[in-house]
Amino acid sequence: MRQDTALAENAAPQGAPDPGALVLRRLCKEYRPGVPVLKDIDLVIPGTGLTAVIGPSGTGKSTLIRCINRLVQPTSGEILYHGEDLAKLSGAALRAARRRIGMVFQEYNLVERLTVMENLLCGRLGYVPVWRAWLRKFPARDIEHAFQLLDAVGLGGFENRRADALSGGQRQRVGIARAIMQEPNIILADEPTSSLDPKTSVEIMEILSGLAAERNLPVIVNIHNVDLARRFAARIIGMTGGSVVYDGPPGGLTESHLNHIYGGESWME
Amino acid sequence: MTSATDQPRRRAAFPPNWRARIGFVLLALYVVYACAHMGVSLERLQVGMEHGQRFLARMFPPNFGRWELIVSGIVESLQIAVIATFFGIVLALPTGFLAARNLMPVWVTWPARALIALCRSFHPIIVAIIFVKAIGFGALAGVMALIVASIGFISKLFAEAIEEISLKQVEAVRATGAGFLSVLIMGVLPQVLPRFIGFSTYQLDSNLRNSTMVGIVGGGGIGATLFTAYQRFDFDVVLAILIVIVAMIMVAEVISTWARKVFQ
Repeated sequence: MRQDTALAENAAPQGAPDPGALVLRRLCKEYRPGVPVLKDIDLVIPGTGLTAVIGPSGTGKSTLIRCINRLVQPTSGEILYHGEDLAKLSGAALRAARRRIGMVFQEYNLVERLTVMENLLCGRLGYVPVWRAWLRKFPARDIEHAFQLLDAVGLGGFENRRADALSGGQRQRVGIARAIMQEPNIILADEPTSSLDPKTSVEIMEILSGLAAERNLPVIVNIHNVDLARRFAARIIGMTGGSVVYDGPPGGLTESHLNHIYGGESWME
Repeated sequence: MTSATDQPRRRAAFPPNWRARIGFVLLALYVVYACAHMGVSLERLQVGMEHGQRFLARMFPPNFGRWELIVSGIVESLQIAVIATFFGIVLALPTGFLAARNLMPVWVTWPARALIALCRSFHPIIVAIIFVKAIGFGALAGVMALIVASIGFISKLFAEAIEEISLKQVEAVRATGAGFLSVLIMGVLPQVLPRFIGFSTYQLDSNLRNSTMVGIVGGGGIGATLFTAYQRFDFDVVLAILIVIVAMIMVAEVISTWARKVFQ
């Protein structure tokens, strides 16, 4: 089977240990007992570059990504990252792990009634004590960093706008900046462009991959759009029915793979 | 085509709701019965109107001669209302959080909801009577009674507002590694703050009105003066007090509208 060879190729880099790699071992998730959404996922996601996860809706892409920062509790399996099993963390250890994992959401998930600056500083909540958040007395270094990031995502001068006054593309820029504010070791992006028009989608992907590349951050992106995945990803993971069916470079992704992933052929015409 | 010939009856765009119709008829019949039972009749209404005319005639013109008494009563009512609202808000904020079922486990929400239900069980006047008996006459009893009412009202609506928030925003804040209190402050509070301000200003309004009433049962404020004037048949003084109360409520309305705008 072609998929199997693709998987085998990718298991090879384990020989040279990659300290930033994220290793999923036999990861399972069942929302209802007996109905697995993720079926024994085994993956090694490298510590650099952009990895795209493609697949039809409802195939477990979001669940996979949310298991990593434990917004979803996996049913079984291991998520090994920097020598820790993320699946077993709780309390303060889980919060400490989460603050090093930035997340970008499909619907931006900004706190609508807060300003752009406050939303960015939300990225620092894992680091600053509660009273500083309450009184908005964030460290000057964080605020300086926030201003720099606003300029970097093209939202200079928007710091005092309320999030609910922004357009979709602007909101997602804030979402990306918030994730970078965490000074993460990795960024997860759950369908970051699915609520945006095609042109804005490309801009958002450029900003996301650009900022990540500058900081040498690995990014895992769930994405519907195969063209965007091919254009920006160094590696593509194809999922269908809760299993990984392709894992390899974008160049190796053929039409028959896409048939297998999305099922049928009529959608491509 | 065949269905049109087979079924000549027309489709109903607004089907009759027979259960609602029967319900209305039964309600109307009961109202007629209850009126007969209580001796409510046109003749009784006529007698009442004549009596009311004499009463109104005695109210005019309003008598502001005892203005020092009115002012000190109103000031005390105002203080009762403001103090009760302040402590009511301070206590309702945590109670509402604890009662929100989307943030707290059942063993926390259940006692919080029981406390809210208890606070809402009785009319403020009944609570005021209890406090007057328990801690003695005076403004403190009125303040305590209105604090109880404020906790009941604000925390119930506040908990419901929290249960309606967007969990996506909360999830995003949680994903940054924020602790529980930080999530509350940056993820939950911004979403519910305007509504909390709305409930609080509404409760200030309500407390102002109720603070003029607790005096009747010995809880301090203008109510005692009003009640004495009634009992002495000084209806012109009564009217003067009523005018001052209306003015106070209107000023409060303007202030609370302004406050809601500021926190929009």
